[in-house]
Amino acid sequence: MIIIEPRVRQLMIEDAINTFPDECCGFLFGREEHDGTRLILDILAVDNSKEGDKRRRFEISPLDYMTAEQHALDHDWTLLGIYHSHPNHPAIPSEHDRVAAQPFFSYVIVSVLEKEVITLRSWILNDDRQFEEEQIIDYQFS
Amino acid sequence: MATVIIPTPLRKFTNNTARLEVKAGTIQDTVNELTRNFPDLKKHLLDEGGGIRSYVNIFVGNNDIRDLQQEHTAVKDDTVISIVPAIAGGSPDQPLFTKEELARYNRHIIIPGFGMEAQQKLKKAKVLVIGSGGLGSPALLYLAAAGVGTIGIVDFDVVDDSNLQRQVVFGVDEIGKPKVEAAKRRLEALNPYIKLHLYNTHLNSSNALDIFKDYDVIADGTDNFPTRYLVNDAAVLLGKPNVYASIFQFEGQVSVFNYTDSKGNTGPNYRDLYPTPPPPGLVPSCAEGGVLGVLPGIIGSLQALEVIKVITGVGETLSGRFYIFDALNFESRTFNIRRREDNPVNGKNPTITALIDYEQFCGMRAVEEKPLKEITAKELYDWQVKGEKFQLIDVREPHEYDIVNIGGELIPLATVSDNTGRIDTERKVVVHCKMGGRSAKAIRELEEKFGFTNLYNLKGGILSYIDEVQPELTKY
Repeated sequence: MIIIEPRVRQLMIEDAINTFPDECCGFLFGREEHDGTRLILDILAVDNSKEGDKRRRFEISPLDYMTAEQHALDHDWTLLGIYHSHPNHPAIPSEHDRVAAQPFFSYVIVSVLEKEVITLRSWILNDDRQFEEEQIIDYQFS
Repeated sequence: MATVIIPTPLRKFTNNTARLEVKAGTIQDTVNELTRNFPDLKKHLLDEGGGIRSYVNIFVGNNDIRDLQQEHTAVKDDTVISIVPAIAGGSPDQPLFTKEELARYNRHIIIPGFGMEAQQKLKKAKVLVIGSGGLGSPALLYLAAAGVGTIGIVDFDVVDDSNLQRQVVFGVDEIGKPKVEAAKRRLEALNPYIKLHLYNTHLNSSNALDIFKDYDVIADGTDNFPTRYLVNDAAVLLGKPNVYASIFQFEGQVSVFNYTDSKGNTGPNYRDLYPTPPPPGLVPSCAEGGVLGVLPGIIGSLQALEVIKVITGVGETLSGRFYIFDALNFESRTFNIRRREDNPVNGKNPTITALIDYEQFCGMRAVEEKPLKEITAKELYDWQVKGEKFQLIDVREPHEYDIVNIGGELIPLATVSDNTGRIDTERKVVVHCKMGGRSAKAIRELEEKFGFTNLYNLKGGILSYIDEVQPELTKY
């Protein structure tokens, strides 16, 4: 189960819309509870460094990755995962996503359809290196 | 000591340690030390040949070791080494929908729990609709409108003016034209983003499997029993779901047959519900019995709904359930149905492994009957010779009795149930007619309605008796 703060969700959606028709990408920060529930408290949007078809691919530069790890340390958060968008495609992981996926990370995919319709789904690798969906809970922090 | 920063995804292999101290040397020494201390790290860092995996980057300070001396890069006491997983991905390669299609299907795509994923499944799906009449019309219109990517239509008929009261896919301009072609024109005008395949032919045992094989889902909207059993058996033999709908007078029926769920369990089919067809002529067709035009509109739409659910996996299909709509009282009922072990197509001991002659099958008696006790003319003669105690009953008509008889008590077939008092319940009773057919009917009636168990049918009737025992009697 993954809880995404509405403000954070909005940031991801805006990034996905503003980057359309290219894929956007970035990092998810937050905390993991003892029961495995993940709270996403912030994101860090980074450039899609893919050389070539950014409409169908994304890549995050190693330096951005190192920045993200440092960002997590600075805020006493855990780097919990990656988000990226699928322009005009469903929010389900492609084979490209699966092959490159890291264990432990939540992969939030934002489906953007012609800048209008948005769905968010989250996925995590199981021990067989297959994606399993994580239930997203929208939660308003008081 | 140098420092290695472990990325978050790999920390579960380092006892959740983010920073490790290692001895100075080279990157190769560092990697060796890490994988020695934390064996689970090995498969994430090294490929089968022992080299560093292509999607693992190793940085010394802010420099990729690929830009330095690779694994021979020196590691000093103040070196900070970062292991950086390559983060990448992307969408599937093929574009799914054009802008126009996205706009067209927008109201589907925005439904929570349906979305692009379900719309994508609809586009990839191939549905065969059997019959483009009362049920097929609404089903075809909604399936085409919904964006089912490939639709096949089977119908041999031509459009008749009397069809238009319910078959809403056709118009007056199409009267006299083949239904499949008229339907195609209408559906293409509705949705240019789909493919249509036409089968302007009678579906039969020799072409059904060939037509069905390219489709994912079969939608049976036929109006007769032979075709219904044919469609069912072909779908079961090919392992395809059969979304069934039918209408009868004011009642509509819908179910999903032979549907295999995500756990691999296959639900019941038409033969589990109706093992055998009703006697020919008992259930009139629309042409004979009439139909309220809106009823197939309702039921055909429900059929389209179930087809869409089968394709997309959204919701719970009617598999294992049978839905009945009573238009007169506006009442709906849903029954649970189960698979039967004696199902001849996919029960425990299947006897139907290829398509059969369904006209013949549906012309046979509705219920499989247990055999009657029979006696041959010779055995009857033996009883007579030996003086066995029995009663002989003749169920022919009086004028036949006048032509020839063998001393039986005359109780014509039509009067048998009114004359049970004249039939012995203690002794054996031999019943005969001219050839054995009417006497068999009489025995069944007496056994079923009145519980007789002492009745014997004279095999071949009085004609056989004359041939075998008394050739001098008159044959007629």
